[in-house]
Amino acid sequence: MSCTLIRNGRILDPANHVDQKGDLLLIDGKIAPLSALPAGGPTETIDATGLVVAPGLIDLHVHLREPGQSAKETIASGTRAAAAGGFTSVVCMPNTSPAVDNPSVVTWIAEKARAEACVNVFPTGAITKGLAGEELAPIGSMHKAGIVALTDDGRCVQNHELMRRALEYARMFGLPVMDHCQDYNLVGKGVMHEGHVSTVLGLPGWPAIGEEIIVQRNALLAETCGTPIHCQHLSSGGSVRILREARARGIPLSGEICPHHIALTDESIRSFDSNFKMNPPLRTQRDIDTLIEGVADGTITVLASDHAPHCSYEKEVEFDLAPFGILGLETELGLFLKILVHERKAVSLARVIAMLTVEPARLLNLDRGTLSVGAPADVTLIDPDAEWVHDKNASASRSRNTPFHGWELKGRAVRTIVSGRTVWELNGGFPGQS
Amino acid sequence: MTAPTDPPPETLWTRKDLVGIENLSRQEIETVLDTAAAFKQVGTREIKKVPALRGRTLVNFFVEASTRTRTSFELAAHRLSADVINISASASSLIKGETLKDTALNLQALHADFIVLRHSSAGAAQFLAERLQSSVINAGDGAHEHPTQALLDTFTIREKLGRLEGLHVAIIGDILFSRVARSNIHALLKLGAKVTLVGPSTLVPKTFEPLGVQITHRIDDVLEQADVFNLLRIQHERQRKEYFPGLGEYTALFGLTQQRAQRLKPGALIMHPGPINRGVEIDSEIADSGRSVILDQVTNGLAVRMAVLYLCSGASHPVPQSAPAA
Repeated sequence: MSCTLIRNGRILDPANHVDQKGDLLLIDGKIAPLSALPAGGPTETIDATGLVVAPGLIDLHVHLREPGQSAKETIASGTRAAAAGGFTSVVCMPNTSPAVDNPSVVTWIAEKARAEACVNVFPTGAITKGLAGEELAPIGSMHKAGIVALTDDGRCVQNHELMRRALEYARMFGLPVMDHCQDYNLVGKGVMHEGHVSTVLGLPGWPAIGEEIIVQRNALLAETCGTPIHCQHLSSGGSVRILREARARGIPLSGEICPHHIALTDESIRSFDSNFKMNPPLRTQRDIDTLIEGVADGTITVLASDHAPHCSYEKEVEFDLAPFGILGLETELGLFLKILVHERKAVSLARVIAMLTVEPARLLNLDRGTLSVGAPADVTLIDPDAEWVHDKNASASRSRNTPFHGWELKGRAVRTIVSGRTVWELNGGFPGQS
Repeated sequence: MTAPTDPPPETLWTRKDLVGIENLSRQEIETVLDTAAAFKQVGTREIKKVPALRGRTLVNFFVEASTRTRTSFELAAHRLSADVINISASASSLIKGETLKDTALNLQALHADFIVLRHSSAGAAQFLAERLQSSVINAGDGAHEHPTQALLDTFTIREKLGRLEGLHVAIIGDILFSRVARSNIHALLKLGAKVTLVGPSTLVPKTFEPLGVQITHRIDDVLEQADVFNLLRIQHERQRKEYFPGLGEYTALFGLTQQRAQRLKPGALIMHPGPINRGVEIDSEIADSGRSVILDQVTNGLAVRMAVLYLCSGASHPVPQSAPAA
């Protein structure tokens, strides 16, 4: 029997409205009642004095790049980055090579994760074959194989009729649909926010309306079909207003934001540094303010990273030719806590934890994100006030494409526990590693 | 013998590269123009060559096709006694999948002192300048900048009208996709001119206004006002079909016709970066009229490019960091 007692921490479990000093007991990979502490004492005791004891964090938007793009990231390296960021579960996107558009790739990922991943990996499946937006992928078979949601992330189904049928079909399995909101005609070859800065730089613009028009489309489709749609990585203030109005009318529409979209603006691109290039693009201070308002008033319910590793040689090219995307897992918590809690005071620490635990768990029907007795013993210990500087060269990821190298962050995970076992510790690294 | 007969004016130039006008000071721009004036004299002599860059190597690296700019740089380098090689996209390794950075590092390994880059990607020149010890001269990067064109345009205006301060310059045409327009806007504003952008509303978006320019979609608004008309080449290729209906309608709305030309101020200049579309953005007769300084621009381009190469050669800089800190 393995028995870990986490002592004297601030137990923060938003799912159960718990926020109090106390101890937490983990027995054989599950959360146990304190009364179950064996007479001989625990096999391991962790002193959590001054730390927050939270349910293991969940990131529902991660690119692990396997199969097929292991030069950028692997399931092993990506989950280590997750652990080092405090995440005990990641939901991986299907735009791999081959794409996750059939049950055999789902099974391959699950097996690879079982062998090599240090945190839980929940795969998603593509809405359409090859993410081509033309015909439905075998959604029922992928559901059987274990996907937790559908998405064509990186791509966006342009055909509204096809999207409608996908939503109707997915409802049969209770599968939520996540959407990367991008209208191809409006966005064209856009590589950065369309505005004054793109005008000065002469770079093709990616207008905010290119996202908003699909968020609005999704509101209409979610209302028509009754299937929940989750809008991924919202970047535009206009999207928040559409989402707010739809939710007020009871439409099953939700949205997430990523740290970079509230940490940086399009002004950063004056350097032509492709570490500031992601899709959707960095926008303006007004967008940032509206996104944060959306977090504060509950319109935005989920925080995620859109962790998107790329090799240096792929990124270090002309700006318009560079691939979209940046690393996210290891800087995510520090950026969200710094911006949302410490600087802008938009929400409480407990709310940030909820948006990284119970909210994504509920959205995707995962049995995670709580410290309820009997739940899997996924726990993250957090020092919410720790000031630290991010060093990309210490990253567990295979890639280095981050704009946050050298940034001063506030708040970080100090220990990540998956099913009762410590998989990463701030001062000890990964167990079993010299 | 030093380069020009008269020593160039006290130089404020410490840059190894010329990647754009936006980051230059007024004094730096004036330094280039003054140096170009001295070099222009050299072009009128019987022996047009000076030894200023003897032993130096210049690579014309044109990833995007160009004839006049490449020829102008090549001739400028020859006049300064530099050795020149030309590389085009089809001859480079880029089509074999080599990155721009790797190709440029190879050129640097061959001890190229100057890399003159024409590229379809905005920021390409800055990208190389930050990574190479060689001087990088931007000969046009996407829709971003074409600094030597703006320098030769302002040189020509200054030569013909004696000043830039207080002049009103109208830039007419496809501003959105024009690197010539952007570099000209920066240069003209820094030198104290007033700038009005004229063209279809789709090609002259309001997002230019914060730079400090006026915008109008009626050419009539500037005909009697402007001192200089800089007409940009208008194209109606595949990617422009959504922006305006066709060349006929463009000419009707924005073409500098003979009828419109009658309303210009006496002494107003007509400029064009070339190549011109006779009968589209400009009537053929106007292009050949006494107001037109289109060929002077070409001649001055040579002097300006000699000045730029000369100034950038004088700078010695340490190897830059490969990536800027966050």
